[in-house]
Amino acid sequence: MKKKLLSTVLSVAMLATALAGCGSSDAATTDSAASGDAAADTAAEAPADTAADAPADAQADAVTTVGDANGTHMECWSFVEAHNTFYAQMVEKWNAANPDRTIEITFTTYPYSDMHTKLLTSLTAGTGAPDICDVEMGQVPNVYEGLDTWLYPLTDAMAPYAGDMLTSRLDAYKGADGKQYGAPFHVGATVMYWNMAVLEEAGITQADVDAVVTWDDYNALGEKYLDAIGRPEGKYFTSVDTAGVDWMWIAMAEYGEDWTGGHNGTANVELDSVKKMLTMQQGWINSGFAQTSPDGHVDLEAGFQNILDHNIVSFPKAMWFMSRFTNYMPEEKGNWYITKCPVFEEGQTCSVGIGGTGTVVTQQSVDKELAADFLCYAKMSAEGETTIWNDLGFDVCNTALWSDDAFAHDDSNQYNTFFRNYPYDVLNEIKDDIGTILTVKISPTINEQFCNVTLNDILENGVDVETALQTAQGVIALEQ
Amino acid sequence: MKIKKFLYSQKVAPYVFVLPFILSFLLFWIYPLCSTVVMSFQDIGPAMTEWVGFKNYQKLLKDTTFHTAIINSFQYMVLTLVLLIPFPMLYAVLIDSRLVKAKGFWKACLYVPALTSVVISGTLFRLMFSEYQTGQLNVITSALGLGTFKWLKVKATGLFALVLVCCWRWTGVNMLYFISGLKSIDTALYESADIDGASATQKLRYITIPLLKPTIIYVLTISIYAGLSMFMESYMLWAGPDSPNNIGLTIVGYLYKRGITKNDLGYGSAIGLVLLAIALVINIVQLILNGTFKKEER
Repeated sequence: MKKKLLSTVLSVAMLATALAGCGSSDAATTDSAASGDAAADTAAEAPADTAADAPADAQADAVTTVGDANGTHMECWSFVEAHNTFYAQMVEKWNAANPDRTIEITFTTYPYSDMHTKLLTSLTAGTGAPDICDVEMGQVPNVYEGLDTWLYPLTDAMAPYAGDMLTSRLDAYKGADGKQYGAPFHVGATVMYWNMAVLEEAGITQADVDAVVTWDDYNALGEKYLDAIGRPEGKYFTSVDTAGVDWMWIAMAEYGEDWTGGHNGTANVELDSVKKMLTMQQGWINSGFAQTSPDGHVDLEAGFQNILDHNIVSFPKAMWFMSRFTNYMPEEKGNWYITKCPVFEEGQTCSVGIGGTGTVVTQQSVDKELAADFLCYAKMSAEGETTIWNDLGFDVCNTALWSDDAFAHDDSNQYNTFFRNYPYDVLNEIKDDIGTILTVKISPTINEQFCNVTLNDILENGVDVETALQTAQGVIALEQ
Repeated sequence: MKIKKFLYSQKVAPYVFVLPFILSFLLFWIYPLCSTVVMSFQDIGPAMTEWVGFKNYQKLLKDTTFHTAIINSFQYMVLTLVLLIPFPMLYAVLIDSRLVKAKGFWKACLYVPALTSVVISGTLFRLMFSEYQTGQLNVITSALGLGTFKWLKVKATGLFALVLVCCWRWTGVNMLYFISGLKSIDTALYESADIDGASATQKLRYITIPLLKPTIIYVLTISIYAGLSMFMESYMLWAGPDSPNNIGLTIVGYLYKRGITKNDLGYGSAIGLVLLAIALVINIVQLILNGTFKKEER
C-alpha cells in the first residue's frame, strides 16, 4: 500500500514539475521580450517605439481595486501604472458625483507588448477582454481594425464634452467607419524647444527667436548662432532624427498632406512636403548646421545627454517632451523657451499631434454605456483634464481650459514653472493650427521603412532624396 | 485488485513514466507545429480567418526585408561557428591540461556570462556601443586616437557588436561541453602515445580531436540552430526589433515584427516555417557529411 501511495505521489510530482517547467520558461521568455517595449512606452507617449527610457516600469503586474464595492464591477488594463493611478482617482470622483451609478474597477498594469497581445487575443476570442483598456498609438491600427464588433463607439458618451475637445485630436482615434472608438489623453502638439540660456550667450535674444516664422528664418538664425560661437566641432543648431518621423509629420501637416492616404486610400510617401523637409535636412547635415540625433532621436538617453551638453540648442518635439525635461534634465530648469514651429510658407499649419493613448471600451463590457460614460468623464471633463495636466503633464485636449487662468497659469504645476514661458500660452497661439496625420493599417509599415532604411540612407549615407523615397514607396506598395 | 495489477504491470509502467513527457510534447510541440503549418496558409484577420493558399510564401519571395534578415542571420551563424567552436575547444584543452593553474576560477569566469540576463547584458552592451562620445568604446577608440564610431548604425561594426555579445555569452557554455567530452577520453591513450614519443600537437591532432568528434557534432548542430534563430541579443542591442538599415534584423526578429507587432500571424507562421526548413536542411547535410547517420562501426 505504501509503495502504491509513493508511486502515485511521485507520478503526480513528475507531471507537476514537467508542466511547471513549461510554464515558467514560457513566462521568462515573454517577459524579457516584452521589457524592451515596455520600457519604451512607460515614459510613455513616444510614437517611435524604439525609445528605451525608464527601465523601471518593466516590472511585474500591479493590480488594485478601487471604488464602491456595491457598484458595477469592471476591469481596466493599462501599460503605464501612472495611467491607472489617474483612473483610480477619477473613479472616486465619479462615484461622489454619481451616487446612483457607482462603479468599482480592478486596475491591472501589464508590460506594453504583453498587454496589447492579451487584448488582441481576447478580442479575437470574444471573451476575456477588460471593460476599459488603454491602446497605445502604435497599436491603434491593430485594435481598431475590429471596429464595432470589438469596440463600443464613444460618440454618445462624449457628447457633453465634445464641443470643447480639439477635433483634430479626436479624429486620430476614429475607426475606418468614422466612429469614435478612442478617448485621448493629450494633444501631443509639436512645438519648438529653444535653449535660451545658451542662445543669449551667443547674443541671440528672445525677440530674435520670436521673429522666426519660416524655416528660412530658422536657418538664418542658426547660421547667426553658429557664427557667433565660432562653429566649434560637435556643436550644432539642431539634430535631425534617423529613427523617428516627427519632422516628416510636421512637414506634412504644414502642407496639409498625409502619406497614409487615409483609412481607405493608398499610401504615398513621395510627397512634396516630405521631399522638401528631407532635402532641407540633408543640406543641414552637409553644411554642419545639424547633426543626426545620437542613437536616432532625441527621446533617448543619448539624446538627453546631447541636450544637457548643449550640443544642440533647438529642436521640435511634442508637448509631452516637457516631462522628459522634468524627469531626466532637471538641471535645465529656467533655460528653455517654447515657441510654435517654423513653417515652409507663411500662413501654414504649424503643428501636428504626435503619439498618444486612445482608451477604448470593449463590446465585452458588463455595462458598455456606463463604462463609456465614466471613461469620457475621466478623460474629457474639466476635473479629469486638470488631473491629467497636474499629474501626467500632458497638453490636454479640452481647449476650454487652455485659456482658463487658474488652469494654464497655475504656478503650483511644475511644468508651468520649468520653462521661461507658460506652455499653454503657446498652445493657445496655435489652437487652430494643429494638424492630424492618421494612424491607419499601413502606418507601422511606413514608420518601419523610414526609421530603419529611408532616413538613414538620406541623412547618414548621403543617398539622393528622390531615389530613397522611390525605394521606400516600392517596399510600402508591397504591403498594400 | 485490478488497479494494483495495472500499476504493477511491467508492460504499462514504462508508458506511465514517459506519459508526462509525451503529453507535454504533444501539447507544446506537435500541436503548435501543426497549427503553424495551417496558419501559414491563412490570412488571420480580426473578424475572420481566410484561406489564402501560398500567398504568404509568394510574398516572402518578394520581400527584400526578409531577404536581408536571412542574410544577416546566415552571416551571424557562420561567424559564431567560426569563433564558438575552435576557441572554446582550445580553452577546454588548456583548462584540462596541466599548464593552467586555478582552473575553477577560469571556468567560472568564462561561464558566468551565460548566467546573466540577456536583458541586462544587452542593455549594458548597447550603452557601451553608444555612438555618443561618452560611450565606453568611443572613449577607448578616442584615447587610441582613432576617433569615434557610430557602432550600431553601420553593418560591419553592428555585426561585430552582435558577435561579441554572443561570444562573451556562449564561450563558457561550449567550453563546458568540450571539457565533459575531454573527461570521457581514456587517459591510457595519452600514456601510450607518450611511450610512442608523440608530441603535444600530435596528441591533439590524432587523439583529442577524433575522440571529441561526437561533442563537436553536437555543438555544431545546436550552434547552427542557435545562430539562425538568434533574436534576443539583437533585440536588446538595438532596443527593439528595428535597427538602422536593418543591420540587426534576424529571421526571428522579423517573425516577431510581423507576427506579434503587426499582428499578422499568418505571415509570421510562414517565416517561422522557412526558418525551420533552412535549419533542417543545413543540419541534415552537415550530419550526413559527418557520417552521423552511418551505422556505428565497431
